[in-house]
Amino acid sequence: MIGEGAHFEFIAWAYAGVLVLTVGLIAYVAWDARRVKARLAALDKAGIRRRSAGARS
Amino acid sequence: MSVDTVKQPNWFSRLAHPGQFLAWSRYLIWPLGIATALSFAIGLYFAFFNSPEDYQMGDMVRVMYVHVPNAWLSQLVYGVMAVSALGTLVWRHPLADVANKAAAPLGAVFTALALYTGALWGRPTWGTFWEWDGRMTSTLVLLLIYLGIIALWRAFDDQLKAGRIIAIVTLVGALNLPVIKFSVDWWNTLHQPASVFTASGPHMPISILTPLLVMMLAFTLLFALLQVVRMRTEILRRRAETLSRQAALGATK
Repeated sequence: MIGEGAHFEFIAWAYAGVLVLTVGLIAYVAWDARRVKARLAALDKAGIRRRSAGARS
Repeated sequence: MSVDTVKQPNWFSRLAHPGQFLAWSRYLIWPLGIATALSFAIGLYFAFFNSPEDYQMGDMVRVMYVHVPNAWLSQLVYGVMAVSALGTLVWRHPLADVANKAAAPLGAVFTALALYTGALWGRPTWGTFWEWDGRMTSTLVLLLIYLGIIALWRAFDDQLKAGRIIAIVTLVGALNLPVIKFSVDWWNTLHQPASVFTASGPHMPISILTPLLVMMLAFTLLFALLQVVRMRTEILRRRAETLSRQAALGATK
C-alpha cells in the first residue's frame, strides 16, 4: 500500500496530471461528438438531408 | 456482363464502408466503456493498495503504472496511424484517413503524458526533470510530429487531398518509432533499458508486473473507445460539411 514517503508529491502530481488530461480528453471527444450530431440535426430540421435518408423516411 | 462475373465486395470492404462502420461500431461503445472503467478500477486498486514498494525507488515505482502505459500508447497510436497511412496510399481505403485524423490528437495527449510523468519520475530518481538523451528527445520529436499532423489536418479544406499528403508525412515520421524503441540500446542514456517487452520476457516481479499490465490494458481500451467515437464523429462531420456545401450551392442557383 502507498505511504506518504519522501517523494509523495511527485506521485501525486503524476497521477493528478494524468487524471486532468485524460478526463479533459474524454470530455473534448464527447463534446465534439455532440456538437457534430447537433449540426447534423440542425441541417435535418432545415430539410437538408442525404438523398438516401430522404428515401427511407 | 452476367451477375456471376460482378465482383462482390468482401466482408472487410463491407464492414469498412463509412455507413456500415457507423451501423456496427455503435455496439462497441458501451462494452468498451464498461471494460475501460473496470480495468482502470482494478488497475488503480493494484497500483495503490496491492503492490509493493520497489527496493530501490520505494513508492516512486507507482509512477510507472501511468508512465509506461502512456509511453506504450504514444507508439501504438502512431503505429495505427502508420497502418492507416498505408491504407490511404495503397488501398485508398475509405476509412483510412478518417482513422489517421481521429488518432492524431489522442496520440499527442498520450505522448505528452508520457513525457510529463517521465519528468516527474526522473526528478527524484535521476536528479533531473529533463535530459537531452536519446529516449526523451526522440519521444519529444514524436510529440512534435503529432502536433504537425494535427496542424496539417486543420490546414486543408479538401480532406481527401489532405489525407494523401498526411499519409506520406505519417510514414516518414514512422522512422522515429524504431529510434524511440532502440535509443536505450544505441546510446548511453539515463533512461533504463526495456524491461517489459524484451526477448527474454519481462524483467520485474509479478507483483509489480500485474498492476502494470492491467493499467496498460485500461489505457489501451480507453484509446480504442476514444478512437471509435472520434472516427464516428469524423464521418458525421464530413457528412454535415457535404450537406452544408450542397445546400449553399442550391441556394446560389
